[in-house]
Amino acid sequence: MKTTPDNSGDVRLSGISKTYDNGFTAVQPLDLTVPEGSFFALLGASGCGKTTTLRMIAGLEEPSSGTVRLGDQDVTHLPPYKRPVNTVFQSYALFPHLDIYENVAFGLRRRGVKSVKKQVEEMLELVQLGEQARKKPHQLSGGQQQRVAVARALINHPKVLLLDEPLGALDLKLRRQMQLELKRIQTEVGITFVHVTHDQEEAMTMADTVAVMNGGRVEQLGAPTDLYENPRTTFVANFLGTSNLIEAEVDTKNGADIVLKAGGGKLVLPEARCSAPTTAGGKVLVGIRPEKIALTHADDAGSIPEGRNRVTGKIADASFIGVSTQYVIDTPVCDEFAVYAQNVERDGRLVPGADVVLHWSPAHTFGLDAAQDIDAGTEEEAA
Amino acid sequence: MSTLTEAPPPLAPAEPEQKPVRKRGRFTPYWLLLPGILWLVVFFALPMIYQASTSVQQGSLEDGYKITWHFATYWDALAEYWPQFLRSVFYAAAATLLCLVLGYPLAYLIAFRAGRWKNLIMILVIAPFFTSFLIRTLAWKTILSDSGPVVHTLNSLHVLDLTNWLGWTAGDRVLATPLAVVCGLTYNFLPFMILPLYTSLERIDGRLHEAAGDLYAKPWTTFRKVTFPLSMPGVVSGTLLTFIPAAGDYVNAELLGSTDTRMIGNVIQTQFLRILDYPTAAALSFILMAAILAMVTLYIRRSGTEDLV
Amino acid sequence: MPVVNWLKRRLVVIAGLLTLAYLLLPNVVVTVFSFNKPKGRFNYEWQQFSTDAWKDPCGVADMCGSLSISLQIAVWATVGATLLGTMISFALVRYRFRARGAVNSLIFLPMAMPEVVMAASLLTLFLNMGAQLGFWTILIAHIMFCLSFVVTAVKARVMSMDPRLEEAARDLYAGPVQTFLRVTLPIAAPGIAAGALLSFALSFDDFIITNFNAGSTVTFPMFVWGSAQRGTPVQINVIGTAMFLIAVLFVLTSMVITNRRNKQKA
Repeated sequence: MKTTPDNSGDVRLSGISKTYDNGFTAVQPLDLTVPEGSFFALLGASGCGKTTTLRMIAGLEEPSSGTVRLGDQDVTHLPPYKRPVNTVFQSYALFPHLDIYENVAFGLRRRGVKSVKKQVEEMLELVQLGEQARKKPHQLSGGQQQRVAVARALINHPKVLLLDEPLGALDLKLRRQMQLELKRIQTEVGITFVHVTHDQEEAMTMADTVAVMNGGRVEQLGAPTDLYENPRTTFVANFLGTSNLIEAEVDTKNGADIVLKAGGGKLVLPEARCSAPTTAGGKVLVGIRPEKIALTHADDAGSIPEGRNRVTGKIADASFIGVSTQYVIDTPVCDEFAVYAQNVERDGRLVPGADVVLHWSPAHTFGLDAAQDIDAGTEEEAA
Repeated sequence: MSTLTEAPPPLAPAEPEQKPVRKRGRFTPYWLLLPGILWLVVFFALPMIYQASTSVQQGSLEDGYKITWHFATYWDALAEYWPQFLRSVFYAAAATLLCLVLGYPLAYLIAFRAGRWKNLIMILVIAPFFTSFLIRTLAWKTILSDSGPVVHTLNSLHVLDLTNWLGWTAGDRVLATPLAVVCGLTYNFLPFMILPLYTSLERIDGRLHEAAGDLYAKPWTTFRKVTFPLSMPGVVSGTLLTFIPAAGDYVNAELLGSTDTRMIGNVIQTQFLRILDYPTAAALSFILMAAILAMVTLYIRRSGTEDLV
Repeated sequence: MPVVNWLKRRLVVIAGLLTLAYLLLPNVVVTVFSFNKPKGRFNYEWQQFSTDAWKDPCGVADMCGSLSISLQIAVWATVGATLLGTMISFALVRYRFRARGAVNSLIFLPMAMPEVVMAASLLTLFLNMGAQLGFWTILIAHIMFCLSFVVTAVKARVMSMDPRLEEAARDLYAGPVQTFLRVTLPIAAPGIAAGALLSFALSFDDFIITNFNAGSTVTFPMFVWGSAQRGTPVQINVIGTAMFLIAVLFVLTSMVITNRRNKQKA
């Protein structure tokens, strides 16, 4: 079923923005290209403009400026019912007065397709709802309703499928299951999916490319691993997982590495992994993910290999959560340093109050512009 | 029926992601509104203005009427008919209170205790609407007739002695007395009390009762501190929906009362349709409207700011 | 004291059922007296059982004529008020526009106005315009006071409707007209039906406003009113009973049908 790429499924947004009549700007001028056949996620907290962006692609919202293109076709001023794009709505918006069969057949019938039976039945099979065809939406469970919503959109073979928080109403376990299901369907039909979510885990598991949005702008765009390993703003660093950020000052350059001063100690950072200007004396935020850090009791400090970044501190808190133990460490450079340690070999001395040395490979370190809010993205709950 | 306390629909400008406002078709709302609103302006608002102007006219049917700003009509009307005004307010208030006392248990029963009988009881409350209310009101003539079982029972229980002493009844009769009129009014407007009460009781989360019980409230305390305050919107719109039509009613006073129980509605009707003294009738009707609007505004404001918190 | 406790726990139920009895008593009396054979002109006291009136419901001069006028007016008033009221409701819920507050008060006020005031003022207008009182003036008045109730019923329904449903329809290739016919209207239908039913009942049963603006036209309530002065034929009880039974049967049937449908689907 996979189509050959002819770029007609590309979504190209250029300079689109949305300002409402009341003066609120939901989306700042924005350029974005979603390549054909990709699974693309728009990730951000509520009110960041991700849903508005999606609605502009669907045609449910008219952009205040800019253009929306599907392949080579400019669809900016086309009404939604003339666009080869379909949407899976938040809370599904299944028609309550129609049964499942008629819900799925709705789009085909509106386009004047005469014999819909075969297609509808095939589509219901794809989402494993053949038995439920004659039930009304309210008689189905949340997960089943969700699959009807997907079937109702997919049956039209849209060039792009838009998903607006499609899993938001489901409980955690079902959500994980549906994530895999959606991913399977996407690979099977090969259509471009644009997925809006506030759940960073969901975005990272499902999407090929993630655009992190904040305040109506795209903060960073890239593959999930890229975004996670090499965030370029404090918002991305904090919103995707957890980051420890240390305020530091550029000291010298040593080949491809920068040496920084922080709280009396020195830290090394590959220049390629720094998104901030690196003139000597400039401020940089040094970031490190909690699971990249190793923890050694101060008595064994000598056994730490050379060339690793080190910070000393005292354990303030330790919580055992099964696969790992999460420590909060009081250090001179950062008073709540988070460290996640795998529970492989537990050192009995690592209890609150113990003096420890934190150390990690410079290759895992990233550098951010210090002119940003260091706490951006931490308040927003990524469910 | 509960719209009397309903706020205008929220348009949520604060959440542009949630509720889109349509931009296309800027004039559509006006076209949709035009016919209906025009109808109300011409046949509801305009008549009010005509009536106001009629009330300050002078003249006769034969010679025609002219606006002379003769406000004395108002004073004359009030001076002559103040007993009927007072009676209307008093009867309507009594009927409203009775409706509340009688209607609340039934609304409560439907909302919380009826179980699978709920729909049936609901139908039985609404169904009488479909029999002409005049026929049903006439039935009270039979029920309260002088030789009927109701009067007989009340008499033998000496209840009539008490009501006679209070001035609600006279002699051995109930018909043609204030009691009969109030009884008829209560009967006629009871569903208007029950429905909004039911609507607001229905909205109360049953778990609140359990929570109150869990927090050491006895059933009566639960009712006083939780259920009743939460049903206030229903009480307010129910009392309004009962009081307003009751105060302007003249059917019950005419069919079940006597010349001593005439209400202001009877006066307006007679002035308009029999005596043909249009200025006086218009003035009376205008006073009734103003009085009711004033009372309603006061009531909504009071219950809105203090009791509804 | 088990009896006292039993009563205490069921106090609300007993009081509620007593109120229900109070509400239904007149209907029982109307029904019983439709089988009466009164001695004089008035049917207020029980004499003897008879089915004469049921055998000849139109046996009273002019009564069935007035019934037919009432039905015609009620049908047209329902059509008019439902149409105009539904349009207003959609405008109020779906659009933002100036003068919303004024429109809301104009709809609210007729419901908060004693009927006699509206009746009298409307008569003043008709007299001033020199309009011929009769069928048309009654119809105009009925549409006027039914409108607000339709708006209330439909507005509640449209407001509770998820705006995403219409977006979903547009997203699935339904143009504006198709969206309205296939999605909006079917979903708003229960509200519209409730408004229409209420209009019909209000119009059919209206006496006060009709009495002022009817001229020499006699509707069924006016016939009953007149008969209260001249003499009440048993036939009005027959009509009253029949209306009550039809209404209850109608509601019960529709309830049974929805129940059965739900059970089949479940």
